[in-house]
Amino acid sequence: MSATATTATPGAGTLTVDRSERIPLARLVRVELRKLTDTRSGKWLLIAIAVITTLIIGALFLTAKQSDRTFSNFMGATATPQGFLLPVMGILLVTSEWSQRTALVTFTLMPVRGRVLAAKVVAALIAGLLAIALAMAIAALATVAGGADHAWAHIGLDDVGKFTILQLSGILQGLAFGLLFLNSAAAIVTYFVLPTAFSIVANLWSALDKVKEWVDLSTSQQPLFNGSSMSGEQWAQLATGTLIWVVLPFAVGLVRVLRAEVK
Amino acid sequence: MITVDGVSKRYGGFTAVDDVSFVAQQGRVTGFLGPNGAGKSTTMRIMVGLTPASRGGVTIGGHRYVDLPNPGLHVGVLLDASAQHAGRTGREVLTLGATTMGLPRRRVDEMLELVSLSPAEAKRRVKNYSLGMRQRLGIAHALLGDPKILILDEPANGLDPAGIHWMRGLLKSYAQQGGTVLLSSHLLHEVERIADELILIGHGRIVAQGTKQELLQTRGAYVRAVEQERLLDALTREGIVATPSGEGLRSDAEAVQIGKVAATEGITLVELRPAEGAGLEELFLQLTADTQRDDALTGTGGPGGPGGHAGVATPDETKTQGASA
Repeated sequence: MSATATTATPGAGTLTVDRSERIPLARLVRVELRKLTDTRSGKWLLIAIAVITTLIIGALFLTAKQSDRTFSNFMGATATPQGFLLPVMGILLVTSEWSQRTALVTFTLMPVRGRVLAAKVVAALIAGLLAIALAMAIAALATVAGGADHAWAHIGLDDVGKFTILQLSGILQGLAFGLLFLNSAAAIVTYFVLPTAFSIVANLWSALDKVKEWVDLSTSQQPLFNGSSMSGEQWAQLATGTLIWVVLPFAVGLVRVLRAEVK
Repeated sequence: MITVDGVSKRYGGFTAVDDVSFVAQQGRVTGFLGPNGAGKSTTMRIMVGLTPASRGGVTIGGHRYVDLPNPGLHVGVLLDASAQHAGRTGREVLTLGATTMGLPRRRVDEMLELVSLSPAEAKRRVKNYSLGMRQRLGIAHALLGDPKILILDEPANGLDPAGIHWMRGLLKSYAQQGGTVLLSSHLLHEVERIADELILIGHGRIVAQGTKQELLQTRGAYVRAVEQERLLDALTREGIVATPSGEGLRSDAEAVQIGKVAATEGITLVELRPAEGAGLEELFLQLTADTQRDDALTGTGGPGGPGGHAGVATPDETKTQGASA
């Protein structure tokens, strides 16, 4: 062996990488979407989302008065179960890389970690949009079958938009908590307990109570699903709530993952 | 070619990797040898950017790993065969890799065939795999992109003797075709069989590196005399260090020197021969023993520690190479 001999002949042992293109984001997104469905737990979570969405609409259809069988009521019914399960999907998309240690392989194949995370965000949002589309399709079927008067009232593009914002922000918050904890149990528990605990404290503590529309996400998200049109102040409150509960944890989690040692 | 240049990694006060430099050459199998906890895996993770180095850097074929646009096509990496989602099938693991690299699906079948995982086995979930099967799957994953460089951490771990034999042939022919292979092991005999070059690491420091021939061949001799005590005294007077070894003595000096001393002194030799290539093993055993005895606090733990084992290749004696110079 002679290192000097090798360095003296330039080109030997040097990789030519000019001809290989950087892995496109779309391909990484495809891989992340595949990861959502290629394990039993992942597949069942998606099946559960679809089944529960169908069941809850079916249950409302059977129990509600005919006049209540409206599209907006059916959509509203899907908000809670999807609002629970979609963030869990987001959390697991991040944390399973750590619990199963696949991050070792993922970040070896794509060492620019930010691109992997971007692909995960896009994949989770696509899955979320599909879940909402499914809810809308089943709700529409139920509405047609229900035949209520004014069944399509109170539903416009803006309402669908608000519903979408609500669910997608939940997914982003799930991803953020996943990045923050890199541990499924810790991320899921904190995701569900911390905002609720904060809401309780905000209700009890008068100083916080006055500003809770600005700092408590569940309060600032209220106008998204109560059907009224939102004022500029309410949008601003939604923005600050989202900043504190979604953007901030996402940023901290992002820095953590970009700098973490992957073992 | 992999160039590791002055890499150090500190965790608080503990130095896991201490100024490690070496070059893994094209067309050669380089064995990275050291006891568990010596810093092999940390160094390998640093190579592929999973662990940030505290100091120094690594280039792979002249590039930083993170700058490779599609690293899987250039560098095959297997760091831990158990780091796979237990719920995915073997085929799915390879399919995810092939999709990421942009390879056709038939590549998955080719690799499964190469590592002798049957279609039925490939359909099973990784949690039902033996360590040997995981290792084969990991090697298949590393080879997916037909890379020119392989970085394998303990690839023989869990393989049965037939599997080890198969892997040895695979890596040898890979290097003969101009590939660069770096593999780690904590078993000297395993690496000895495969590697052309050896890098010995202990307590985060390189303690010896060179070709296998250089390292396994020890200067020095083994001698056994009827008048053992007299021989030891005579050698000491001549400034030749010798230490008891088995029934005889071992020395760094050449056999001819010892023979001359014995002849002058009229000592009856029963046995005098060049020392066997046990120097590396002794050094390795010493490293292993140190690791088992001491805490990380011992720090460097290079050779030349207490005892001064004769016949052991120290970094000064061994031709230190390339970047470490």
